[in-house]
Amino acid sequence: MDGYNFAYLDEQTKRMIRRAILKAVAIPGYQVPFASREMPLPYGWGTGGIQVTAAIIGTDDVLKVIDQGADDTTNAVSIRRFFARTTGVATTERTAEATIVQTRHRIPERALSAGQIIVFQVPIPEPLRWLEPRETETRKMHALAEYGAMHVKLYEDVARHGRIATAYDYPVMVGGRYLMRPSPIPKFDNPKLDRSPALQLFGAGREKRIYAVPPWTTVVSLDFEDHPFEVQRWESCCALCGATDSFLDEVIVDDRGGRIFVCSDSDHCGERRAAGHVGPQPDALGQPVAEEAT
Amino acid sequence: MTGRLLETAPGPGFADPVADSQRAFRAMLEAIARPGTVQAIGAELTPPAPLSRAAAAALLTLVDFETPLWLDAAARQPAVEAWVRFHCGVPLVDDPAAARFALVADPMGSLLPLDRFPIGEDAFPDRSATVIVAAAGLKSGSGWRLSGPGIEGEARLEAGGLPLGFAAAWQANRGLFPCGIDLFLTADDRVAALPRTVRLED
Repeated sequence: MDGYNFAYLDEQTKRMIRRAILKAVAIPGYQVPFASREMPLPYGWGTGGIQVTAAIIGTDDVLKVIDQGADDTTNAVSIRRFFARTTGVATTERTAEATIVQTRHRIPERALSAGQIIVFQVPIPEPLRWLEPRETETRKMHALAEYGAMHVKLYEDVARHGRIATAYDYPVMVGGRYLMRPSPIPKFDNPKLDRSPALQLFGAGREKRIYAVPPWTTVVSLDFEDHPFEVQRWESCCALCGATDSFLDEVIVDDRGGRIFVCSDSDHCGERRAAGHVGPQPDALGQPVAEEAT
Repeated sequence: MTGRLLETAPGPGFADPVADSQRAFRAMLEAIARPGTVQAIGAELTPPAPLSRAAAAALLTLVDFETPLWLDAAARQPAVEAWVRFHCGVPLVDDPAAARFALVADPMGSLLPLDRFPIGEDAFPDRSATVIVAAAGLKSGSGWRLSGPGIEGEARLEAGGLPLGFAAAWQANRGLFPCGIDLFLTADDRVAALPRTVRLED
């Protein structure tokens, strides 16, 4: 794109972000402050993830962008177009073909491999923020590994609801040292964070933090011996592909209360249907939309 | 006059600064995310001696006016100083404790003690030095036994030209976690990394 540097950011900004990323990888789970730039889209739309992607992406990369698991939602489409225009790299909707996956709110169902980097868009990076609003205090709590407040919060869940009611952005311990907020992924995805062969990078633009989980690093969801961590389950399967082991979205299909459950990961669902898997209502959402031209 | 300028002018940096620094960065990112692997930095460079291509690429990729750089005695040559000042615009410091990046061209003589370099603070462990070391050679699959984040089970890495006692010094550095320095080992056009989390046994 004329008038802009490759991947939009200027080279000094990339250097600054690259230094932050290297320190983030060296200190798994620790939030590295960085001089987040103003991006050509508002905070809350993935400016942190975009800056991380812009700092790492090269002409050989193949980029996939998802929002809530889907490649065809507004946020995903606009970020994918942004990088297609500012870098000219190949983009894909297939998890298996991507070298970089930028994501909002999900981790793909297909297990990531060692050659891949997943970049999370993070709104609030500080896991203790709703418990302690002062940055000076949360910083001390991280320095001292003083995470009792989070256990109290989870205990209050148990006391009030009989179980840990936190369903997304479920707190994890990284490498046995840092409490980390895995961005608002459903806790269904938490097990995928643990010992992943892929490098996982997290960018929070408004809050100006970058953090990382290196490959093969332990990521443990907090729990109690008598209330162990567990992921949500559904009674139905995906209406389109019949999957029983994927994260399902509830979709209203008419104005008479009709509803179905479908895979949140659109690529996973499409792959399964292409392989011949059929759910109970394969035509419930009409014909699939043709792939957009980028 | 023109002749003299050309004689003393620093040599070129990256041929394609945008693409070359991105490739070098990804090699360094891969190296620090997967300790024990040796990555090719993938850029054509003719840096002044004693800088290797990988060490020079690391400087061009990461340092600038925000990151005071310390050069050890072997690297503190006028040609090297002029080259990094011109290409990186980096302030050079005499005190390793004031540096964010350090370049050690003669590890036998000046890598130890490691605690000369800033280790960061408990509240800001990222404010520690990144030390770029010229190794005599890098080989994956033999040598030290490495374990820790980024490694599935165990990895092996052999780095030549490091001083006796380095492994012990590194263990002490690891004991400082989450503080501690991070190390990039460079040789020719290749780079490996020892993030502070890595356990290292002879």
